[in-house]
Amino acid sequence: MSGTLIRVEELAKEYRMGNNVVPALCGVSLEIAAGEFVAVMGPSGSGKSTFMNLLGCLDHPSGGRYWLDGQEVSQLSGDELARVRNRKLGFVFQHFNLLARTSALDNVALPLLYSEMPPNERTQHAKQRLAQVGLAERMDHHPAQLSGGQQQRVAIARALVNDPRLVLADEPTGALDSRTSVEIMALLQQLNREGITIVVVTHEHDIAHFAGRIISFRDGKIIEDKPNVANDAAAQLT
Amino acid sequence: MNFVATLRIALLALRVNKMRSALTMLGIIIGVAAVIIMIAVGGGAQARVEEQIRSLGSNIIIVLSGSVTSGGARGGTGSQPTISEDDGYAIGREIEEIQAAAPTLRGSGQVVAGNANWSTVFYGITPDYLEVREWAIIEGRGFEQAEMSGAGKVVLIGQTVAKNLFGDASPLDQVIRVRKVPLTVIGVLERKGQSMTGQDQDDILLMPIGTARKRVLGSALAKSRSVGSIMVKVNQGADMASADARMRELLRQRHRLQPGQDDDFFVRNLSEILQAQEASSKVMALLLAAVASVSLLVGGIGIMNIMLVSVTERTREIGLRMAVGARARDILTQFLVEAVTLSLIGGAIGILLGIGGSMLIAELAGWRTQLSVSSIVLAAGFAGAIGIFFGYYPAKKASRLLPIEALRYE
Repeated sequence: MSGTLIRVEELAKEYRMGNNVVPALCGVSLEIAAGEFVAVMGPSGSGKSTFMNLLGCLDHPSGGRYWLDGQEVSQLSGDELARVRNRKLGFVFQHFNLLARTSALDNVALPLLYSEMPPNERTQHAKQRLAQVGLAERMDHHPAQLSGGQQQRVAIARALVNDPRLVLADEPTGALDSRTSVEIMALLQQLNREGITIVVVTHEHDIAHFAGRIISFRDGKIIEDKPNVANDAAAQLT
Repeated sequence: MNFVATLRIALLALRVNKMRSALTMLGIIIGVAAVIIMIAVGGGAQARVEEQIRSLGSNIIIVLSGSVTSGGARGGTGSQPTISEDDGYAIGREIEEIQAAAPTLRGSGQVVAGNANWSTVFYGITPDYLEVREWAIIEGRGFEQAEMSGAGKVVLIGQTVAKNLFGDASPLDQVIRVRKVPLTVIGVLERKGQSMTGQDQDDILLMPIGTARKRVLGSALAKSRSVGSIMVKVNQGADMASADARMRELLRQRHRLQPGQDDDFFVRNLSEILQAQEASSKVMALLLAAVASVSLLVGGIGIMNIMLVSVTERTREIGLRMAVGARARDILTQFLVEAVTLSLIGGAIGILLGIGGSMLIAELAGWRTQLSVSSIVLAAGFAGAIGIFFGYYPAKKASRLLPIEALRYE
């Protein structure tokens, strides 16, 4: 898989706080090819989360343009963005964001509820994805009955269920211990090798080193964008 | 996103907080039950009033002897017998709106049969009387033409009189003495029960008007043609007011009253009583409707309150759903369906409770209740409408959340 998946040009976002306009992202341009594993780094307030929200079509940019999979999405309406998220994106969050009192299977199938897929196919699809993250036996468990690592695996399965073009993970290991963190990153790495494009936001270097490319943010700008040479070494650690 | 899935999500969300859902429904349950009971009790009362009025005969006008002024003193109702049997026949003959007019003579006295005796009222009537009052003879026969013209010594007996004179035995062909005049019982009248003023309508004897005049009431009236009252039945669907007016005109003409002179008769119209009854039952229904609608309103506000709490509690869930592709309208539908489900389940319980409640009222208080399908449909519709009305604002609020802010919500 190759070709450009993400192209942003002079992407900017500013927030209004009373009378003050606070710039969060000041004209970022970059391209991410299909099949890449990218880590976005930076301290808090650097604009990396804002960038992620824009990449994830969760927010409208104040300026600049954004093409996802060849489609310009920077000018779309809220409902159109919802459709793009449903079709092309998968999300993994720091705190998993699973629905309580809902089985792992139903949690994984949630995005399909908003697609046109018929109900019986949804269940089939969700079961396959749970098997892919190694939780086929836990599909009837509720989140409270699963460990943190297992919950994050369910969340990853949910992110994959709609066969997305891009998976966005926002601090996916932020709520996990270091051993589980490594397991989760290894899983993401494995999924990347199977051809899925992944963008991870993190502030931990150890985590970032699982990626093939590291982009660093500071004060709303990219200060560094380099391939990660230690990638293979990190992979072998697992 | 299809409807079944939405409904499933709603039911799941309501199941998660069973106690809260139940308490929220309580307002709707009480409101809907109140609506059903109110309509059942109101309908029962209405039916009872209508039945009473029907037992008296519908579309009836009564003409009474009026006041005669002599030497400046006005005598009051019935002080002089001013209307006559012939007035009655004329009314029946000449006014087309009138179905039947029955002149009657009223009297009272002791009735004796064997060892038993009983004080009662009797009426001298024409066969039209039974038609006007829609009164059937359940045993025996009515008066024959010869008995009418020849002042036959025959009598129709009411249920109360029959019971007091004959107990369970048949009164037919028995001879009773009314003011010492022996009359043969030829028929027994159907039971009519109490009148609206509480009088026992079955405590009565009916005899041909000639018999009453010439044989029973005594010599004072024997020569005159005057009667105490004329009962008039207006044709079904005819205008009561115009029949009333034409009748007054006819009577004034027959009594040779000058313009400006008082009527020497009174016309009483049962529809006035009917209207008064209807008005009072309307007031009652209005009062109950007010109570029920306050209860439904409070129930609706309860639903809105809980839905707002629910939206706030589930902000992250809403954010997540939006992130994975739910559009604003999917979120709106979800919360609206939840509110409507809540109110409809409450409505269904309320309907059952209302049906049970009105049966219980009928059983314990002895009131008559009348359950109607339309009231149940109305109550269910009301419950649904309340769910939509009071659920819309919280649902709209949920659908307006921004995905990133909702996801970040702690």
